[in-house]
Amino acid sequence: MSFSSMYVSFMASARLILLFAAYATTVPMVHAQVDTFEFQTAEQQQRFRQLSDELRCPMCQNTNLSGSSGGVAEDLRREIHRMILEGMTNTEIERFMFERYGDFIFYKPRLRMETLFLWFGPLIFLLIGGAAAIVVSRKAGETEKRNPRLDNAQREKLQALLKAKG
Amino acid sequence: MSRLAFYLPVAGFLALALLLWRGLFLDPKELPSMLIDKPMPQFQLRTVDGESVTNANLPEQIFLLNVWGSYCLPCLVEHPTFMRLSEEGAIPVVGVNYKDQSELAKSWLETNGNPFAFSIADANGRFGIDLGVYGAPETYLVDSEGVIRYRHVSVLDETVWAEEFLPAIAELQAGNR
Repeated sequence: MSFSSMYVSFMASARLILLFAAYATTVPMVHAQVDTFEFQTAEQQQRFRQLSDELRCPMCQNTNLSGSSGGVAEDLRREIHRMILEGMTNTEIERFMFERYGDFIFYKPRLRMETLFLWFGPLIFLLIGGAAAIVVSRKAGETEKRNPRLDNAQREKLQALLKAKG
Repeated sequence: MSRLAFYLPVAGFLALALLLWRGLFLDPKELPSMLIDKPMPQFQLRTVDGESVTNANLPEQIFLLNVWGSYCLPCLVEHPTFMRLSEEGAIPVVGVNYKDQSELAKSWLETNGNPFAFSIADANGRFGIDLGVYGAPETYLVDSEGVIRYRHVSVLDETVWAEEFLPAIAELQAGNR
């Protein structure tokens, strides 16, 4: 490949990246599936969006229900729509999902006995680390006290010794 | 004391390393079922042949509930195992024809053979949601009381049958006696 063609392809890809960056910063990256659900109020519609954004698709795993075209995700969106129209609260809808799909369905797992470690494990590790850091720094302080810095006379003597040796 | 201060962090590190090492080999695709040790969800549906079917029609013994579809290639892979089980009369198999059309389902069964006592038609996937299904194929082991005891996601071949289902069934039978 000649230098000029390399330059051209480099510029092309740089432009693509710039374009993409511009797109990513201006347009929110939402790839919502288009369903034709009808709601009675704007509040219902807003709740539908929120729930299908916060619930995870069990089949495709790394997308939420609103961003997934998987068969199950479509069915679950339909169920959320039905439950909202039937007047169920978000808590009730979340329980419906939990009873069938477990903690996996939530991007933010609920606080339960089984998820205690998940929620507070990092805090425990932070405490252990913090305690270790305190102990280590205290020890360092004690060592310092026991071996105080050299005064000027001692330092000169040390220099003299080193010079004599070297 | 200084020994403890040395070995404690090392032990902690080893424990954490072991935990994470094990995590490397967990299959994230395999979600635990919420329905283990829970009764089969209630249903009132039709079979792919159009007959009405409810929980009362389920076998009153240990049986398999296999979620399948005519569009599902892995279902074709596990199909010979179910054919063998049904031909040998080893265990009744009930099908859940998941998000499929009954016409397509029937011709699939005609072409490949029908190992199912009957297939519940779950055209819109609503019954699948109650089961916690997230895609065909999935197979549930249900005991004689109609309680779900085990779930396997994806292909149930002879290896899975021998290594997962036979022990689970043996355990159930030991418990029932």
